[in-house]
Amino acid sequence: MATRYVMSIDQGTTSTRCIIFDQQGRLVSVTQREHRQHFPQPGWVEHDAVEIWRNLERIAPEALRQAGVGLEQVAAIGIANQRETTLVWDRNTGVPLRRAIVWQDTRTTALVDELAARPEASMVQKRCGLPLATYFSAPRIRWLLDDVPGLRERAERGEVLFGTMESWLIWNLTGGPDGGLHLTDVTNASRTLLMDLTTLEWDDDLLDFFGVPRAMLPQIRPSTETYGVARTVLPGVRIGAALGDQQAALFGQTCFAPGEAKCTYGTGGFLLLNTGKDPVRSTHGLLTTVGYQVGAEPAVYALEAPIAVTGALVQWFRDGLGLINSAPEIETLAKTVDDNGGCYIVPAFAGLFAPHWRSEARGVIVGLTSYITKGHLARAVLEATAWQTREVVDAMNADSGLDLRVLKVDGGMTADNLLMQCIADVLDVPVVRPMVAETVSLGAAYAAGLAVGYWPDLEGLRRNWHRAAQWLPAMDPARRESEYDNWRRAVERTFGWLQPRR
Amino acid sequence: MPGPVQSIQRGAAILRLLARSSGKLGVGEIATSLGLPRGTAHGLLRTLQLVGFVEQDSATGKYQLGAALLHLGTSYLDVNELRSRAINWADALAARSCESVKIGTVLDGQVLVVHHVFRPDDTLQTLDVGSLMPMHATALGKVLLAFDSGAGAALGNGPLEAFTRRTIVAPKDLTRSLAGIREVGWAAQVEEMTVGEAGIAAPIRGHGGLVVGAIGISGAVERICDAKGQPNTALVTFVRDAARAVSRDLGAARW
Repeated sequence: MATRYVMSIDQGTTSTRCIIFDQQGRLVSVTQREHRQHFPQPGWVEHDAVEIWRNLERIAPEALRQAGVGLEQVAAIGIANQRETTLVWDRNTGVPLRRAIVWQDTRTTALVDELAARPEASMVQKRCGLPLATYFSAPRIRWLLDDVPGLRERAERGEVLFGTMESWLIWNLTGGPDGGLHLTDVTNASRTLLMDLTTLEWDDDLLDFFGVPRAMLPQIRPSTETYGVARTVLPGVRIGAALGDQQAALFGQTCFAPGEAKCTYGTGGFLLLNTGKDPVRSTHGLLTTVGYQVGAEPAVYALEAPIAVTGALVQWFRDGLGLINSAPEIETLAKTVDDNGGCYIVPAFAGLFAPHWRSEARGVIVGLTSYITKGHLARAVLEATAWQTREVVDAMNADSGLDLRVLKVDGGMTADNLLMQCIADVLDVPVVRPMVAETVSLGAAYAAGLAVGYWPDLEGLRRNWHRAAQWLPAMDPARRESEYDNWRRAVERTFGWLQPRR
Repeated sequence: MPGPVQSIQRGAAILRLLARSSGKLGVGEIATSLGLPRGTAHGLLRTLQLVGFVEQDSATGKYQLGAALLHLGTSYLDVNELRSRAINWADALAARSCESVKIGTVLDGQVLVVHHVFRPDDTLQTLDVGSLMPMHATALGKVLLAFDSGAGAALGNGPLEAFTRRTIVAPKDLTRSLAGIREVGWAAQVEEMTVGEAGIAAPIRGHGGLVVGAIGISGAVERICDAKGQPNTALVTFVRDAARAVSRDLGAARW
């Protein structure tokens, strides 16, 4: 019998990628295509969902070709996706009514303030585990319903459909207007503000609160389950999983036991801690979310700490300041000096996320003296990611009552050795990188393979996890404390910068 | 002897034109100035852009000299960038070969380890990134010597340091060994650095085939070599495939 493989589709913020994995979880081929970022107004970020679909139509067959793999050899497809990005499309034509509103978009700020002022607003976090914020999908759906003439009526009649990117891709893969399946998984649904975190169903009170008609919502399904069979692009292949990208990374890092955590370093940073079968309510500014749900088994919950800006600070250093030509060169520049020279950068570009949640904060560079060179700034850029990680790990330890013993990391920034050493130093725990750095894609593949029996169980997946690199803490404790103190004082200086309009 | 290559002459003319113009130039302006059809100028510019010699302004579509021209004489590919581009393939090589993987570049006549992936058996291992290894006694080093004619200069003409009794110490033996490596496209060392250890490496190439580093595996000699003491052919294939995959990502067309 011919060797079989699993294909993952990672529909991310800047690109869509297809990766083919073999049974040992090894990468066989990768294809990728970027899509355009639209910024029609300050604070607005949009993607063309049709462009994204067309990209997938191109790269999926290309990945098979590169690997020399036939369709019949693909056991299943798993999808991981950028979360909270909101799309509404016409059920009959398959045409989106607007471009997708991306998770970074803050156009709903005024709407969210208005909603938050209502007496029932306190119910939101209790019911869905997330604070009422522009970051999540429900306010965006509401914004579209208010903004597009006639949309509400059409939504109530079920003529238009809402979905995050996995729903859009699954609907198109399974036939689109011609009987496409309209569904989402629990992890993505848990990011809308519309799902009850304990029943895992759409909640009528939340739907009323946001004014979202139930008829436009997808069906909520487990993260791993054979949803259906693709009818186009990869005809005949089973679709076995969908997960939000960060949850997929948790799965790909095989954090299957309570207390296991991973941090993914991309544009932003996302620390997720498996908390087991019960949702843990945070008192330290973390999000309660669904980690994954395997078939009919009970859902596994997670505490999540999103850090808004990690890799994005390096990108700004490259594109905004022009001090480096490529992102990895930050390490080269940082290594021209021995320390930060007393300089700290807090990248509160659009406020601070966990654990502070300060939307009015703006970034600062403090400790500037004539001694500071671009090398010191480069070091401060990398240290910003390390200290932000420290802050959320402290919050997570406090909420969960567990002490993080080791941090599993993944994402593009794990190629930066100086940064990884710095994280180990400031956390005072070992930092380990798994053999497959593409854990988002791997998690989607694992989940899909599990659904169709390509992999037998979670333990089998665990055996595929191998350590590719490890960084051990080597910082003097007194220095760690004084540096942390400096960092905290720098963070305080970002607070309250943006003043309400007078 | 063949005559001058027209497209290189035209490419050089474009670079001269961009160097002496005060601002950025559009493809139309360049085509007109040089009397070239627009399509030809565009093709040349695209190629020059690919190798980093010209840059295109994303807003206006106009061209200027690229940053790569400015440090043509110094490092051509940042080592941290090399690691970042190679990381997926280095992981895959470690997973396939079940051995540890290293990527090396030349630094002052030695091999600088720029990336290291642990052997995937979850035993305790230490990250070797940043360490230096001798060129003549490692597979990575011999690949770099074989494909970078400048790299060997630092070794001098005298006898080389012996680490084991199998280390190649006579310059003329090394020269012969390097010629063989160039011929087959990969290198091995068997107990030349440490008794009981062996390694296999292949070159990583960038645009135009320029060798920018080497990728290889190393481990116990009984795992790396077959019963006759020759490098295991399956492992050689894994190493060469990984080197090719990284090279492809770096823009080397033919490898």
